[in-house]
Amino acid sequence: MKKFLTAILFAPVLAFAAGATLHLDSAPDKATDMAALQNGAKIFVNYCLNCHSASYMRYNRLKDIGLSDAQIKDNLLFTADKVGEPMKLAMQRAEAKAWFGAAPPDLSVIARARASEHGSGADWLYTYLRTFYRDENRPTGWNNVVFENVGMPHVLWELQGEQVMGADHKLQLVKPGKMKPQEFDAAIGDLVAYLKYMGEPVAEFRKKLGVIVLIFLAVLFVFAYALKREYWKDIHKLLFLYVNAYYGASRNERATRPQSGA
Amino acid sequence: MSKVNVNALLQGTLNWVDERFPLTSNWKAHLSEYYAPKNFNFWYFFGSLAMLVLVIQIVTGIFLTMHVKPDAALNASGVPVAFASVEYIMRDVSWGWLIRYMHSTGASAFFLVVYLHMFRGLLYGSYRKPRELIWLFGIGIFLCLMGEAFFGYLLPWGQMSFWGAQVIVNLFSAIPVSGPDLSIWLRGDNVVGDATLNRFFAFHVIAMPLVLLGLVGAHIIALHEVGSNNPDGVEIKKKKDANGIPLDGIPFHPYYTVKDIVGVVVFLMVFSIVVFFMPEGGGYFLEYNNFFPADPLQTPPHIAPVWYFTPYYSLLRVVTYPLFGIYVKFWGVVAMGAGTLIFAFLPWLDRSPVKSIRYRGPMTKWLLSIWIVGFFILGFLGTKDPAYKFFGFIPGAPIAQLLSVYYFLFFLTMPIWSSLDRCKPEPDRVTMK
Repeated sequence: MKKFLTAILFAPVLAFAAGATLHLDSAPDKATDMAALQNGAKIFVNYCLNCHSASYMRYNRLKDIGLSDAQIKDNLLFTADKVGEPMKLAMQRAEAKAWFGAAPPDLSVIARARASEHGSGADWLYTYLRTFYRDENRPTGWNNVVFENVGMPHVLWELQGEQVMGADHKLQLVKPGKMKPQEFDAAIGDLVAYLKYMGEPVAEFRKKLGVIVLIFLAVLFVFAYALKREYWKDIHKLLFLYVNAYYGASRNERATRPQSGA
Repeated sequence: MSKVNVNALLQGTLNWVDERFPLTSNWKAHLSEYYAPKNFNFWYFFGSLAMLVLVIQIVTGIFLTMHVKPDAALNASGVPVAFASVEYIMRDVSWGWLIRYMHSTGASAFFLVVYLHMFRGLLYGSYRKPRELIWLFGIGIFLCLMGEAFFGYLLPWGQMSFWGAQVIVNLFSAIPVSGPDLSIWLRGDNVVGDATLNRFFAFHVIAMPLVLLGLVGAHIIALHEVGSNNPDGVEIKKKKDANGIPLDGIPFHPYYTVKDIVGVVVFLMVFSIVVFFMPEGGGYFLEYNNFFPADPLQTPPHIAPVWYFTPYYSLLRVVTYPLFGIYVKFWGVVAMGAGTLIFAFLPWLDRSPVKSIRYRGPMTKWLLSIWIVGFFILGFLGTKDPAYKFFGFIPGAPIAQLLSVYYFLFFLTMPIWSSLDRCKPEPDRVTMK
């Protein structure tokens, strides 16, 4: 019976595994690669920040990824005057809405919001940013495989070149860009790594701290368990005396032995 | 210079207090001379853990309240102020990220330990006479907790916050005659908006916690009045020594306090693994869609509550027949409400001659096991679209309907099967396994 129960308990777990439809390419993990993150920040500031804000992200937080205040000020500070300010937008939201149909969303936590059962938010962004293709039916002239009929044009077309959707539903590069496909993929990998970092700047520190906390708790467990054992040793002895007094039983008899008339 | 006698000074102070406040007598009644059965097992950790989580939620909640802004207006960057204030906590408040993750993980942890605590009650018949009131206070705590979680979930003002609240408050509009007015009264507006956010903040931060704390107090006072049940389901108070102390009872302090500390440390390890390594809990503790700010103009394709509500959400969705010509939605609400309230009747539904699962017959073991599995599957289906298919071809909806019928039949037929089951004789005294 136990086996059967275990089987039915796990049946739903097996069923969970089935049913993905949207295919996403997996983004390279560059969470601790400072050069990649810095390159990603550069691409973000140059290409994304013109239309999208990252209003919870302060410029000087970029010190997390190995930049100094001076470097941030000289190379990245385009939309604000002071390094302590957040990555706000110069463009008016009302104008943006008129231009694109919808105001471009704030990107601070986009890498967290885009996660789904199909893959991580980074995977979604990595696939999305590489699958723009020419579509003359769209007002911008661009469409996207992951985000159908997206309002955003292919901002990075200069780097990637132009892709078209073939009859076989596969993308084909018809006009090369400044970068070779591998170079472009690597650059998008950097950008996505940066977006992921920006979604939760504390993530790497959080994990490091977690290890220390768990080590502390493991040590605490040893002491807590030793304390419990020490106390319970006593109570076991004491209980034995209680029980013996009550039943008048000998030491060798079981403590729970019921007695007639007791 | 005369020597100060510290012991005498402390004793004097204690006497001074005791003459004015029942400190020592309460300490004795609830801790040092509260005799708990000596045979508590794994399942008995979750009551004290629930109190620990309550404290975590209150303390982290106080600090969150200092920074969160229940304001639905858009800021200069077009982001709702409430949503932005949560990210402000995550980035600019010192240790804000830790406080927030502890609170968000704490919500799931609270339900986890409370569900395990309730399951313990089911296993060992802890709701049976004379503990009916403890159980009823507990059900009250459970309902309050659901309210607390529901109101709190609106506060980050993400897409799931907004649409979840919209769906649930709209349910009230299905009540005949007074429904539509009632839902407007709850929201304070025709749609979920700033007024709703502000009142939910008030409910979450003060109204619900006050009721919750009162009920927790009543739960414990009632427990200490009648004494704890145990895995054997036998009354330790039936066998006492010459001093009137139960033979199988041991003082809660220090024996169970030191034992519970071990449980607390293990719990904190699990809790920390989530907080530090997987705070989103795979999208089950923090839903991904909730990282999009609330947008009243854009309904998400799929609205699902957080995992702890999903079994009841399934009960809500399975009803498809407009009985007596009243909205399907209304009967869905009735099913969901009944699904949560039915636990309250357990003390009177269970007619078994024994309390503990250890001495109950195979029928109870089977029916309870299937109910638990069904509860899990209903919970899983509640996170999915109604059109979900297991393995891509077994439709989930009829399975949810079948399991929902079983969910209620299990309780409604309990008076029959619990009295028919072939039980084993209970021992006289508790057993140590």
